[in-house]
Amino acid sequence: MHMECIVSDLACMRGGVPVLTGVRFDLAAGQCLLLRGPNGIGKTTLLRTLAGLQPALAGTVSLDREAFAYAGHADGLKATLTVRENLQFWADVYGTGSIDQALTAFNLSALADRAAHNLSAGQKRRLGLARLLVTGRKIWALDEPTVSLDTASVALFAEAIKTHCAAGGAALIATHIELGFTADVLDLTPFKATADSSAAHSDGFDEAFL
Amino acid sequence: MIALLLRDLRLAIRSGGGFGLGLAFFLILVVLVPFGVGPQSDILSRIAPGILWVGALLACLLSLDRIFALDYEDGSLDLLATAPVPLEGMVAIKALAHWLTTGLPLTLAAPLLGVLLNMPLQNMGWLVLTLGLGTPALSFIGTFGAALTVGIKRGGLLLSLLVLPMYVPTLIFGAEALRRGSEGLEATAPLLLLAGITAGAISLLPFAAAAAIRINIR
Repeated sequence: MHMECIVSDLACMRGGVPVLTGVRFDLAAGQCLLLRGPNGIGKTTLLRTLAGLQPALAGTVSLDREAFAYAGHADGLKATLTVRENLQFWADVYGTGSIDQALTAFNLSALADRAAHNLSAGQKRRLGLARLLVTGRKIWALDEPTVSLDTASVALFAEAIKTHCAAGGAALIATHIELGFTADVLDLTPFKATADSSAAHSDGFDEAFL
Repeated sequence: MIALLLRDLRLAIRSGGGFGLGLAFFLILVVLVPFGVGPQSDILSRIAPGILWVGALLACLLSLDRIFALDYEDGSLDLLATAPVPLEGMVAIKALAHWLTTGLPLTLAAPLLGVLLNMPLQNMGWLVLTLGLGTPALSFIGTFGAALTVGIKRGGLLLSLLVLPMYVPTLIFGAEALRRGSEGLEATAPLLLLAGITAGAISLLPFAAAAAIRINIR
């Protein structure tokens, strides 16, 4: 089977301190992988490293960044733009055309002409998630996507993920809750960096200053 | 890239976008100077080139910290950095949007305000020419400064201190070209140097700014 993403022996750091080491997993087309682990284990750090926002300390990531879409904690919405303008901007940046399907998928059609600052927290989150649909990318990486969503919206989200995976996409989701469908789980706890592994990566150069 | 430019322009003119901020500051400064200096029109017309240039520079400085800080706070900078737009191009577009919303309006408003400083009408061409040549450099240098300070909360103070020394050459050559042009002297040399600074800033600084952003969003 074709692997969309192969991660081997990856070590990542946050604030100059190694947090994860020896992370290895594969992500195949059609697969949804849930990242689990306690707060501070490095789920966000791992996703940001995969997105290329920060360099890996060690290990390799085999991944087509042109097929990768990242959604962080913050939705990146502009308060003075309307829902439609916010979404259309990302559709234009990613060179995909229509946003109507994304609006429908996250039940935002009725809100399309509202300014984003008039939305509730859950509505903002839905708009942030709808952005993934307009990227047209195959691999989605989501960081705590269900924060401030109600049960109905979580169901909408789960439906979007299932549709995406059924269409040959793949998703990597850091989450603490049950999404209501079966997915593979990767617990990051065993990969926590220890003092020994930190020393192994230290070359006497302080990365914090870079 | 066009989408990004349109978005930034749209954000600037919507409420709280800070479009009028630089222009209003420029207006206030130029209106207040005659009250402070006194009504002697010969003194006013002698200091007018310097006042207009310093005013334009400070007005530009006022809106610099908005270039990346807002995008950083709401998370769009991370998303833009992972979007299929080269970061260098993104930075250049943001600098262009900053110029279109501050430098260009300042340049166009300057002749009107020059009248308040008793600037002879035949010198307005020089005023528009030097500001038009110099303000793009102010925006691109400022964007580089904003990129350096992007992760810092309330980084405005550090930003101004970093950017002001880099603004000095633009100010010197811009005001000098305007003064010499106004007095009917040969002004080619300062004009060429001003154009050189602008060309250098536009071609080199987006790369430096993009590198600074990559480091700051880690």
